[in-house]
Amino acid sequence: MIDRFASGFDPFVIPFLIGMAFVLVYCIIGAIRLILQLDAEDKKRFFISLITPKTIWKNLKDLFLNCLIHVKLWKRNRMLGFMHSSIAFGWFMLILLGHIECFIYMPHRVKLFYYPIFFNYFVAENETTIGGSVIFFLMDFFLLLVLTGIVLAIIKRVRSRIFGMRRTTKPSLLDRVGLYSLWLIFPLRLIAESFTAHISGGSFLTIPMNMMFKAFLGDQMNMLPTWWAYSICLCIFMCVLPFTRYMHIPAEMLLIPFRNAGLTIKHARRGFAKAQVYSCPNCGVCIDACPMSVKKANIKDTTVYLNRNIRRGNEKRIEEISDKCLLCGKCTAVCQVGVDGPQMRIAQRSIRNYGLEQDYSGIDITPFKEAVAAEASPDRVLYFAGCMTALTPAISRAMESVFRKAGVDYAFMDKDGGLCCGRPILMAGRFGQARQIIRKNKEIIKASGASTLVLSCPICYKVFREHYKLEGIRVVHHTEYMLELVKAGRLSPDAGSDVLVYHDPCELGRGSGIYEQPRELLRHTGELVEAEQNRDMSICCGGSLGSLTLGFDKREDLTRNALRNLKAGNPETIVTACPLCKTTFAMYSDIPVEDIAETVNKHLK
Amino acid sequence: MMDFGFSISPSSTMNLDKVDLTLYDRLCSIEPDARKCMACGSCSATCTAGPWTGMSVRKVLLDIQRGKDKEAAAMLKGCMLCGKCTMVCPRGINTRHLILSLCRIYGEDAK
Ligand code: SF4
Ligand code: SF4
Ligand code: SF4
Ligand code: SF4
Repeated sequence: MIDRFASGFDPFVIPFLIGMAFVLVYCIIGAIRLILQLDAEDKKRFFISLITPKTIWKNLKDLFLNCLIHVKLWKRNRMLGFMHSSIAFGWFMLILLGHIECFIYMPHRVKLFYYPIFFNYFVAENETTIGGSVIFFLMDFFLLLVLTGIVLAIIKRVRSRIFGMRRTTKPSLLDRVGLYSLWLIFPLRLIAESFTAHISGGSFLTIPMNMMFKAFLGDQMNMLPTWWAYSICLCIFMCVLPFTRYMHIPAEMLLIPFRNAGLTIKHARRGFAKAQVYSCPNCGVCIDACPMSVKKANIKDTTVYLNRNIRRGNEKRIEEISDKCLLCGKCTAVCQVGVDGPQMRIAQRSIRNYGLEQDYSGIDITPFKEAVAAEASPDRVLYFAGCMTALTPAISRAMESVFRKAGVDYAFMDKDGGLCCGRPILMAGRFGQARQIIRKNKEIIKASGASTLVLSCPICYKVFREHYKLEGIRVVHHTEYMLELVKAGRLSPDAGSDVLVYHDPCELGRGSGIYEQPRELLRHTGELVEAEQNRDMSICCGGSLGSLTLGFDKREDLTRNALRNLKAGNPETIVTACPLCKTTFAMYSDIPVEDIAETVNKHLK
Repeated sequence: MMDFGFSISPSSTMNLDKVDLTLYDRLCSIEPDARKCMACGSCSATCTAGPWTGMSVRKVLLDIQRGKDKEAAAMLKGCMLCGKCTMVCPRGINTRHLILSLCRIYGEDAK
């Protein structure tokens, strides 16, 4: 290959250079700002992760699999997965191969930033390039791949239902500018490279196109203008990128190392949280997934709109969206970039100012401690039913009966009422107050001498597991505990013929990852059928304490939708493992709803 | 004299025409449902915090309707935000949100 122009330069590269310089400077400054916004501990963690071989490897792997191949999207929706990975991976390969080409044939030009991008304009083929036909083929192949992706993207824009999406977001004006320029970049590249294919060489796409152009147009007048158009399109795309949904491309490259460093959201609008907001491509997958969206009025309160409004700085909407959410976690389970909808909202709630702060220091816990106090023993169990279970005493009665039948040495921590576990306070974003409650409960638990803490409520379970740090005390939910008893032969429920469906409570399933234990337990007592959407796709019962503003009168549709989902396999009974789910379902269900403790207890002699 | 443990309780009469209802009016403007309360006491009966901190939504609402903001504040401080009162309220009032709103507007005018 030889240089066509001694200077190796043409003015048409200038728009590209401007766009590239702008987007690079913008993203580098943005990344530095986000990193500086992390608190000292997180900063340290982040920098350490950048030099730890294990996380370096994980970062590279995740960047490749998520940003280029979009594996998570493939798993959810193959068409969408193909569309995204063909554009992202194809484009990446075009850039990579362009540089390789340059390295092989024009090593003295590599230092020119624009040269590999517009390689085909600046070079002329000679006999040395025959060996390069593989690269030419690959270049055309990946260009074709990207073009396929673009065609799919256009179809999706017109008819999103073909892709199995019922609702998506409306792009803003700038989003549209970005979108159309992105669509145009690759057809223009194809035309531009085709015009020069007889000079610079080409392959199965560009050579035939070149011949066609020659036959129809005859001259080469159009060569330079198409290269200009290609460069201008790149410039437009890169200049609007920071203000569009396409910001997700660079943002995700920062979010992945942040996440792999083990960071958590510490501030509602800074650092990690901000990286999540910018990483959202507004795909809208979370709209259909959200249990609230069965009601049209709630559609604009899903996570994608939270991200949008945070970017736009619309405080009123941020507050409404943050307060309405049930914190069920389903949007996070479906989100391919891993935006943590619930944590983001709790963070927004936490930066609010209150004229009156709760204060529990006046509560005397001595009587609680005395009621459970005993010598420490490895066999002793402490049972905490939780305040929701106080509304459904059948559950705690069933648990007590199970304990007795298995001969467990237990104490009932809140038989006559107890303190709240602290999770609802955390959900309201009042961290300091939650810590006070946690400290008090912890003292009571320590005084009980128990080595196992059994909980009936998944809401409690999550907070006890994640925030209590009860050294030496095992925290288990009653589903896990009863299964252990069965396995140890201390309980032997007799098999029944009931057809049961198990509802995965949000806080136990998605929140704590307990999916199999309850199912295994239920198989001992009856025939188990599955709901249409189950496990991490389970639909919130609608009773969640996560929502601050959704009144119970506005939740009926949510509950009915969840019930419809559960009844897909024609069960006779709905079994759940959460007192709140039970209460909520029982209000509208036409078949019996019971807690797993009740089911098991019924089958014990 | 023999002490039977009885004494005269301080007068609790109040002049409803003279009490300061700023807080109540402000509450009703952001939580119109506050007017729906019929003081049935279901909220207080289920309250998690009630037995230990004296919290009672019913009493809080009654107190601020009578301008007894300080007494209400003392109770509100003990709420554990568990939301059980909302689940049982026969009038469908979102009491948990009402409590949060109240906590927010306390001392607003002082600013
Ligand atoms: S956490 Fe649940 S309710 Fe909240 S936005 Fe996500 S899916 Fe919807
Ligand atoms: S939050 Fe996740 S699922 Fe929702 S639009 Fe953004 S990327 Fe898509
Ligand atoms: S339960 Fe509802 S109506 Fe009854 S006193 Fe409480 S807030 Fe008022
Ligand atoms: S939210 Fe507060 S007032 Fe309501 S039941 Fe719970 S502790 Fe009591």
